[in-house]
Amino acid sequence: MKAGIVSYGTYIPRLRVSVDEIAKVWGESPDNVKVGLGVYRKSVPDLDEDTATISVEAAREAIERGKIDPERIGAIFVGSESHPYVVKPTATIVGDAIGCGNSFHAADFEFACKAGTAGIQVCMGMVESGMIEFGLAIGADTSQSAPGDPLEYSASAGGAAFVVGKKGVIAEIEETLSFTSDTPDFWRREGQPYPSHGGRFTGIPAYFRHVTSAAIQIMEKTGYKPSDFDYAVFHQPNGKFPIRAARILGFTKEQINQGLVVGYIGNTYSGSSIIGFSAILDIAKPGDKILLVSFGSGAGSDAFIFNVTDLMEDYPRVPTVWDKINGGITVDYSTYLKLRKKIRLKG
Amino acid sequence: MERVAIIGVGQSEFGELWDKGFREIVLKAGIDALEDAGLEGKEIEAMYVGNMSGGRYLAQEHIAALIADYSGLSEMGVPSTRVEGADASGGLALRQAYLSVASGLHEIVIAAGAEKVTDVGSEMTTDIMASSADREWEGFVGATIPALYALMARMHFTKYGTTPEDLALISVKNHRNGALNPKAQFRREIKVEDVLKSPFVAEPLRLLDCAPLSDGAAAIILANEKVAREYTDSPVFIKACTQASDYLALQNREDITTMRAVKIAADMAYDQAGLKPEDIDVVELHDSFTIAELIAYEDLGFVEKGRGAELIREGITSLDGSLPANPSGGLKACGHAIGATGIRQAVEITYQLRGKAGKRQVEAEMGLSLNIGGTGATAVITIYEIG
Repeated sequence: MKAGIVSYGTYIPRLRVSVDEIAKVWGESPDNVKVGLGVYRKSVPDLDEDTATISVEAAREAIERGKIDPERIGAIFVGSESHPYVVKPTATIVGDAIGCGNSFHAADFEFACKAGTAGIQVCMGMVESGMIEFGLAIGADTSQSAPGDPLEYSASAGGAAFVVGKKGVIAEIEETLSFTSDTPDFWRREGQPYPSHGGRFTGIPAYFRHVTSAAIQIMEKTGYKPSDFDYAVFHQPNGKFPIRAARILGFTKEQINQGLVVGYIGNTYSGSSIIGFSAILDIAKPGDKILLVSFGSGAGSDAFIFNVTDLMEDYPRVPTVWDKINGGITVDYSTYLKLRKKIRLKG
Repeated sequence: MERVAIIGVGQSEFGELWDKGFREIVLKAGIDALEDAGLEGKEIEAMYVGNMSGGRYLAQEHIAALIADYSGLSEMGVPSTRVEGADASGGLALRQAYLSVASGLHEIVIAAGAEKVTDVGSEMTTDIMASSADREWEGFVGATIPALYALMARMHFTKYGTTPEDLALISVKNHRNGALNPKAQFRREIKVEDVLKSPFVAEPLRLLDCAPLSDGAAAIILANEKVAREYTDSPVFIKACTQASDYLALQNREDITTMRAVKIAADMAYDQAGLKPEDIDVVELHDSFTIAELIAYEDLGFVEKGRGAELIREGITSLDGSLPANPSGGLKACGHAIGATGIRQAVEITYQLRGKAGKRQVEAEMGLSLNIGGTGATAVITIYEIG
C-alpha cells in the first residue's frame, strides 16, 4: 500500500474584505480589478489569528476527522512565508497544541506558496521509508502585501493540514514530482515587511513555466492525459492564472471549478492550492483521480496524482471548504488596515 | 553630397525578452542586417548606435564599445558611437550614419538601435522614461510621459473636438497591422470597446492608448550609391534625413497640440527631397501614445491642423487606405524598444518599398518615418525611395 492522505483539515479566517472596498480607496475601477484578477473578496486574519493559530485549527480538524491519536504522529512540517517568528518554529506550537508529545520530527518550511506541498512530499518519504507512522504536513499563511500594491487585492489568509500515512488512506498518492529552477519572480528579504515582485515576470517565466512543466512531466511519467482526471487543481495566485494553466494543459472548467477557491477568499499562499484540493476531497468519490499542482515563487511546482479510495465513503467532511468560504463577515478597509497592523499606533 | 542607400536591414523580435540579454538581441539584429546586405562584416567602416538609457536600464554605459566588441567590429578598430535623444535615439543614429556616408567620409556603415528594459521593475522604467521630459520643471512636480501626452490629448479634444473614440481607432488599426507582423510584440486584434474599457493610465489616455516599453534591437546598413549598386538591385535611397528641436518642457511651447520640431523637420525634409506630403505612400509614425500619431498626421502636413481624426475615421491611414500609417503595428503593437524604434521604423519602410513586407504589404515607392524623443523636443524625419 502506498502512502496517501489519511485525513485533512482546513481553516479560513471568517473576516473578509471586498475588492470593491480596496479599489475604492486606491482610485481603481473595481470592475477592472475583478475582471483582471478574477478575485472578488479575500479572507482577513483577525487580530488573534496568525499562521500558528491557522495551522493549529487546520491540524485539529484533521486529527478529529481522522480520529488520529496525536502521539502516533512522528513528524510535523509547517510550510509558510509568514511564520510568526523568524527564529522559533511554528511546527512546535502545533505539536504542543494538538498533543503530539515530544517524540516527533519537526521543522518549518519556506518555499513561497508551495511549502505546504513540499511538506506532504517529505512526510510521504518518511512514511514510505518506515521512519514514521503518520506525518502532519501543513501549509498556512497570513500573507503580506503593501498598501496600494496590486498584491493587496489577493494576499489573504488560510491553511490546510494533511495527515499522511499508510493506514486508513482516503486518497492514495500515486505519483509526485517537482519542477524547480532559480527564478526570481517574487521575494522578500530578511527584515522587509512586504514582498517585492517582478510584475508580469511572475507570469510566463515563473508560474506558467513551472506549473505546466510539472503537470506535463507527471502525466508523461504516468501515461495519463487530462481527460483521465476527474478533478485538477493548480496554485491560485489569482483567478486568471489557474484557468489559463488549465486551458494550456487541456483541462476543462468542470475539472477545475470545484477547487477554484481564490475568487472568494483570495490567495492564501501556502494554503492556496491545498485548500482548493481539500474542496475537491470534500466531494470526491472512491475511484476519482485528482491532479494537484502547487507553485512557489523562486521557483518550483510540486505535482501529485491522487486516487480516492473506498474509505472516503465514511470519512466525515462537514463543514466543507465551500461552507467556510461562503460564510464570513465583511469588514471595511480601515478595519482591515487595523487588523493587518498597518496603522502605526502611538508609542 | 553622396546619395545614400539602405542595403541591408535586420530586426530582433520586440517584446518582453526575459530569456535574452542585451548583447544577444543586438547581435541578432546586426547579423540579420549583414546577411540581408550580403556582407561579411569586415566591410563596415563605422557604427552608430541609438540607445536611450543603458546606464540606468542595465547599469552599462559605453554601449557603443560593448556592441562593437560583441559584433567583432572592435577587432578591426571600427569607430563606434552611441547617440542619445531619448526615444529618438535610433533616429539620431540613422541620421549620423547617413551624414557620415553623405559627406563622403565613409562608404559603408551600420546604424543600430537597441534597448533592454525588462531587467528593471516598472516603477524604475516609468522614472527612466520621465527623464526624457524636463526633470526639474516637469518630473519633479509629478509629470510622467503619459501625463504630458494626456495634456496634449485634452487640449486637442478641447480645441478641435477630437474624441477618445478617435484615439481608440488608432490603437485598433495598429493592432490590426501588428497581427500581421511576425516580429511584433502584440500580434492580436483589439476592438474599440477594448480600448475604451481599458483602465486609465493618465486620463484621457487609457492603457490601450499607450505603447508598451519593450526589449528589442534593429540594424540597417547604409552605403553610398556606388557601393549600394554592387550589393543590391533594390537599394532604398534616403532622400532626406532631417532633425529639429523644440523646447524640452511642455509649458514653454506656444501650442501643445502641435509638435513644432516635427513641423520644422518635415518642412526641411520635403524641401530637400523635392516632395510634397501627398507624394508619400507609406509612413511609420511615433505612436508612443495614440494622440501622438494623430498629431503627427497634422504636423507632417497630411491634413490640416485639427482635422487629424478624419484620417483615422475615414480609414485613410489603414493598410488599404491611401496613406497607410504604421503598417508594422507601430510602437503600440510592434512594441517600443525605445532606442531601437527609429531604426526599426527604417527596417519596416525598407521592407515595404522592396515589396517584402508579407501580409502587411502596401503599394509604395516613397516612404517616410517620424521618430520623436520624449514629448517632441527632438524629431527626426527620414524620407525613403526605392531605387
